[in-house]
Amino acid sequence: MSFRYNLKIDSGADIKIKGQAALECTEMPPSETYTIKPGNFFYLNSKLLLKEGDQVKKGTPLFFDKGNPEVRFVSPISGTIKSIIRGERRRVLDVIVQRDEKQNALSFNVPNINKGSRQEIVDYLLKSGLWPYITQRPYGIIANPNQTPKAIYVSFVDTRPLGVNHQFIIQDKFKEFQLGIQALSKLADKVYIGLSSDYQGKLKSIEGPIFYSVSGPHPSGNLSVHINRIDPLNAGELIWTINPEDVANVGKSFLTGEFSAERTIAVAGNVVHSPKYFKVTIGHELLPLLKEANVKMDQINRYINGDVLSGEFVDYEDHIGYLNNLISVIPEGDQYRMFGWLPFHDNAVLSISRTSFNWLQRGSKPIEVNTNLNGEERALVVTGEMEKVFPMDIYPLQLIKACMVEDIEKMEALGIFEVVPEDFGLIDFSNTSKLEAQEIIKSGLELMIKEVG
Amino acid sequence: MKKLLRHRIDGIKRDLRSSDKLRKFVPAINAFDTFLFVPNVTTKSGAHIRDAVDTKRTMITVVIALVPALLFGMWNTGYQHFSQLGEQVSVLETFWFGFGRIFPMIAVSYAVGLTIEFGFAVYRGHEVNEGYLVSGLLIPMTMPVDIPLWMVGVSVAFAVIIAKEAFGGTGMNILNPALTARAFAFFAYPTYMSGDKVWVADASTIDAISGETILGSLAANNANIDYTWWDMFVGTIPGSIAETSTLMALIGAFILIFTGVGSWRIMLGCLIGGAFTGLVFNLLGVNALMTFPFYLHLIVGGFAFGVVFMATDPVSAAQTTKGKWIYGILVGVFCILIRVFNPAYPEGVMLAILLMNVFAPTIDHYVVHANIKKRKKRWQLAKANG
Repeated sequence: MSFRYNLKIDSGADIKIKGQAALECTEMPPSETYTIKPGNFFYLNSKLLLKEGDQVKKGTPLFFDKGNPEVRFVSPISGTIKSIIRGERRRVLDVIVQRDEKQNALSFNVPNINKGSRQEIVDYLLKSGLWPYITQRPYGIIANPNQTPKAIYVSFVDTRPLGVNHQFIIQDKFKEFQLGIQALSKLADKVYIGLSSDYQGKLKSIEGPIFYSVSGPHPSGNLSVHINRIDPLNAGELIWTINPEDVANVGKSFLTGEFSAERTIAVAGNVVHSPKYFKVTIGHELLPLLKEANVKMDQINRYINGDVLSGEFVDYEDHIGYLNNLISVIPEGDQYRMFGWLPFHDNAVLSISRTSFNWLQRGSKPIEVNTNLNGEERALVVTGEMEKVFPMDIYPLQLIKACMVEDIEKMEALGIFEVVPEDFGLIDFSNTSKLEAQEIIKSGLELMIKEVG
Repeated sequence: MKKLLRHRIDGIKRDLRSSDKLRKFVPAINAFDTFLFVPNVTTKSGAHIRDAVDTKRTMITVVIALVPALLFGMWNTGYQHFSQLGEQVSVLETFWFGFGRIFPMIAVSYAVGLTIEFGFAVYRGHEVNEGYLVSGLLIPMTMPVDIPLWMVGVSVAFAVIIAKEAFGGTGMNILNPALTARAFAFFAYPTYMSGDKVWVADASTIDAISGETILGSLAANNANIDYTWWDMFVGTIPGSIAETSTLMALIGAFILIFTGVGSWRIMLGCLIGGAFTGLVFNLLGVNALMTFPFYLHLIVGGFAFGVVFMATDPVSAAQTTKGKWIYGILVGVFCILIRVFNPAYPEGVMLAILLMNVFAPTIDHYVVHANIKKRKKRWQLAKANG
């Protein structure tokens, strides 16, 4: 069977960083505590259901989304709520659950995946705590269960720096994945599955979804790019997206009747001696993984939940994020470089600009990176560089400027519905003025949600 | 050595910061500091890793691209002077003569321009932007060699204050500051900027020396040009300091295009627009400027220099990809149009670029608007279908 769509992306840049995760997976013993962070979800306004000291089972709701009270976030394990950490204006940051040995789990009545109605499937996903796996476009927020999207997208293509191999992650969860797709097919008319153009495997034997292939440099793996090329999002329309492993989590839950929070996570980066995958449960402690991956801990590193372009800072004593399959670890910068601004000087520093000979090395072997800003923020001067790493029919600079001046009408007209902050990751990385594009788009999206909804 | 220097600078900055009176001068010290060292600042939000490229590196790349034209201009200044006097002097001496004339102009340009830039940075409390490194070199390079230094200074001040800072500083200006300086001098001091007594060093004081630019002769409807196309291409002709050599401009263009700092679309667009318009006029052929072969139009006067270094200024040019094509082609068209139809201003490229600077935002507006229209049409279609 061939692909329905073949997406060939030509603008962008692959950033190959040392320490790509090897295709081996270690099953980790459970950690002492597990943490669920409302902050892992964009624009989530959470309301707690329990207090410190309460007993929870796997599947017990911990908090819910104030905007959509049916959307509940459940405990991934059984235990006791050890502490609740709040930030500014009493916003909940962490719900920390101390694991116990009982392994009690709530069980739910599983609807028939073939005969069940759409509403029955939706109700099950909400009740069992699986719903937060589904993200909605526009805005990149948790899907609204009362709406129907025009399509659901699942992509196996990950072109991010140190990106993960989704085929490897679900290789022994094929049955669960298939079941998950079956369930999702009930929620939308179309389910799209994106694979790399050289994909050889049994996924394509699944009946129902529409398969498309993707080739080209990063950000060709970003779902926004796929949606923009296949069937762009129009005003008033919705698209849902879900990670491959979470499709398998949904499928598994239909088999067991319990919440499934399996997470295969890669620890990678140029200070990781044995970068590889770990099989854990969502909310797992980070430190045991770092030790197991032999991260060089005697220096100051940056630990990132996600990739180096758009991931979030995390402390090494903290926990893994909810949806991400990748922990990136790179050294902090903090070096001065004498006359480092000279063109073709310091060519070892990562650069996709032709003012450095870094491209000579970059093509052949993975490179070491750090967190130096490599300059200072300046007025916007250079033009045309953003378009080189933004393969969508959208004018990125103009959209960024519209967000800066908070001109909602212009933001809509220029395509704010079709983007999420991660699409601007490479622009953050490569723009000469060191403009914080992702932050600007993020506040633009927040403004949109507030004003337009 | 490196460490000692670092230590000293950190000490000075600490002292400045701790003093209420002097704190506002931190941007000025930072400008020097970041010139020596790329700072150790790390990413606080957004992407965790960043490209090695920054504004300083970009601007210095342009300066490097300008160097061949500058060095040739210095030599040519001497060459024009001595060849008219009939003196035989060595290459080094020829160059040295030009250097002696041009270096003070550059020094004045940087001194005046950077003083104003630092002043605005301290006053507004922002870092010193690097843009003036390029403008400051471009301004003297586009002037006739005999222009008094004070005029260079006044032109620079006008350009930086009126064309740049009045609009909000680097990145906000509508007009290219370097061309604004030249245009200011051109209209404020016309006797120093045109005619046959300004293009060769000492032409106004020594009777044996005179020299009209090729475009000046043509504008006077004098079609007897003594120079070969090779002279025009290499640049051994009278003219503004660095504009004469198409060859050196091409070397600069190569550097700008290879590094991606200058837009090849704008340069090629100018070439297409200029060649096409020149060709049309060749076919009409009424006066000397019209019959002047179109390919020679592209290698005389400031065309090559202006196209490579001025039209490509990203701030004042069109910003969208399609817009850059349109902008470039129109610069080429207007350059030849102005040359042919307005003999009072034989140098059309300066005015053509300034004119298109004004229209660049309008071009971008329509390009972006086409994208918006396309999107809204798609929305309507989707709504109609269900």
